[in-house]
Amino acid sequence: MAKHLLEVNNLTTSFKIDGEYFPAVDDVNMRIRENEVLALVGESGSGKSATAFSLMGLHSHARVSGEVLFQEQDLLKNNERKMNKIRGGNIAMIFQDPMTALNPLMKIKHQILETLTIHNTKRKSEREAYTIELLDRVGIPRPERVANAYPHELSGGMRQRVVIAIAIANRPKLLIADEPTTALDVTIQAQILDLIRELQDDLGSGVLLITHDLGVVAEMADRVAVMYAGQIVEMAPVKELFTNPQHPYTRSLLNSLPSEELLGGKLHVIQGVVPALNKMDRDGCRFAPRIPWIGPEAHEHKPELREIAPGHQVRCTCYKNFYLDNSIDQKDMERRVEAGQMDGKKGASVSNE
Amino acid sequence: MIKFTIRRLLITFPQLVLLSVLVFFMGSLMPGDALSGLIDPSIPAEAIEARREALGLNNPWYIQYRDWVVAMFQGDFGQSIFHQRPVMDVIGSRLMNTIWLSVFSVIIIYVIGIPLGLISGRYKDSLLDSVITGYTYLGFATPTFVFGLVVLWIFGYHFGVFPTNGSVGAGLEPGSVDYILSKINHLILPSFSIALIGLVGTVQYLRSGVIEAQQKDYVMLARAKGVKQVSLYLKHIFRNAIIPIAAFFGYELVGLLGGSIFIEWVYAYPGMGALFLESIQTRDFSVANVLILFYGFLTIVGALLSDIILSIVDPRIRIK
Repeated sequence: MAKHLLEVNNLTTSFKIDGEYFPAVDDVNMRIRENEVLALVGESGSGKSATAFSLMGLHSHARVSGEVLFQEQDLLKNNERKMNKIRGGNIAMIFQDPMTALNPLMKIKHQILETLTIHNTKRKSEREAYTIELLDRVGIPRPERVANAYPHELSGGMRQRVVIAIAIANRPKLLIADEPTTALDVTIQAQILDLIRELQDDLGSGVLLITHDLGVVAEMADRVAVMYAGQIVEMAPVKELFTNPQHPYTRSLLNSLPSEELLGGKLHVIQGVVPALNKMDRDGCRFAPRIPWIGPEAHEHKPELREIAPGHQVRCTCYKNFYLDNSIDQKDMERRVEAGQMDGKKGASVSNE
Repeated sequence: MIKFTIRRLLITFPQLVLLSVLVFFMGSLMPGDALSGLIDPSIPAEAIEARREALGLNNPWYIQYRDWVVAMFQGDFGQSIFHQRPVMDVIGSRLMNTIWLSVFSVIIIYVIGIPLGLISGRYKDSLLDSVITGYTYLGFATPTFVFGLVVLWIFGYHFGVFPTNGSVGAGLEPGSVDYILSKINHLILPSFSIALIGLVGTVQYLRSGVIEAQQKDYVMLARAKGVKQVSLYLKHIFRNAIIPIAAFFGYELVGLLGGSIFIEWVYAYPGMGALFLESIQTRDFSVANVLILFYGFLTIVGALLSDIILSIVDPRIRIK
């Protein structure tokens, strides 16, 4: 078995709301091997991006604790200077929205050259040619012309290719892709995913793929971590997760996907929203408020992540008694919210910086 | 780039024509004409009428307008009734004074305003930022002429370190070193009075520009590339934050050329602003008209200048 490329232990990232810190990433553990794609799945506000930004040390106002072991060093203990060597070098990131991720005032080639210069990749005289090579590598037609273009002259798909070119410029060992296809057209999505897969094979890097799209997960991932309200609630190899999902949240997510068996039937809807950081019950099962038909006795106090099969971990005992209930309707749910049986809905939300 | 500039210049042309028509008509709407006040009552009415005919005052408006425009192209802007000299002579000596005052003020505004804005945005919510922001609020609330008077009283009168009126000391040879130093000495108080109030807008614009740019995705991407703090601010944040300031440069300069009226008045500085107020008080409309035309012209030029500068600093503007 290949050794771990990245080892994350007890990562907790807290944001300040009204003078108090609340963890948005709560005691997260994960491992990524070389050449492995770990997908991090969850709905908006579950802490996926906050996790990614913590790994890169990109939060400027958050409190981050735990351990992020990468190449025998704890990244969280590194100072800015050391981190800057790693960022864009051995760990690179692909961003969600290509329309805003490039500096509008800089030519494409200068944005790529910047990362080459910082990490001293290639000899100075070769860098410009390498830039063109990179653009060609990510499938940009007429790379010489694009190199001299400004971001606004390119389409969204092209810009995302440029963002990817920047990410792979220094042949990173770990690639963090934060919803790389969310902002793109469906037709472009597949192309970009293929490209990432291809580059990953080529570079042999580990990938942390953040997404809320289970289709993307099925296509790309080797293993999956499902995140809810800052915690990983289930982690399993991708096949296992799709054929034998356990945690109520995972099962609800999978059942909200259109499928052939469901043809003509109603899709499952997970009622409610992810609770706000400062309004959640941190001791109980965090998903409990959204499956109110499961009695409180099914959940454990301070639920833990337990291995139920090799490589398959699930949090809380409630999965044992869980069944899907589609009869509960929106109105009923709203009544419960008003009656204070559910938290969430109201309360401050926090952006990922 | 050149194409853009030429196209932008072509747009300017109809604006200038429209402006000249407006100014001309406002001038002719005023009661009386150049002869109504100049004429001795003993002169027979026929002689006045003959003079009117000779001056073309009886021609239809479009002929008069044409003559006026043609004369201006030949450098003839008419006579000042009050000064009894050609308008150009009256304006000419004042024009340079105002240009110097404006250029000085603009330099001070940017030399002080840009660093203050960048610092205040960079160190948002620090003590330094609070002090700078406090100053900008005060600056917004203080009318320039009040501030000018206070400065005049403190430095010109109480300490007596700077001259309190005029644009140059008496009896100095134009072009000599002493003459230039005296000019600069006379510029210091009025230009600082203008600039210290005028720069607050620049500071606030920049501050919010920096704060906004800091949160942009491309700044996050730059950080993810491993860009150091210093270059992050210089290459990514400040450059983007400064665009609105650069774009505003033309308006700022032109605004000062036309807008230093009160300060010129307070410091009895012989510039165009003071001349404008004077010409209105003395009903010297031939001067006032040319000045209005001139200010309008400046505004158009300022907009042009701003557009050209913007197209240089922001590649997104160049297309179209």
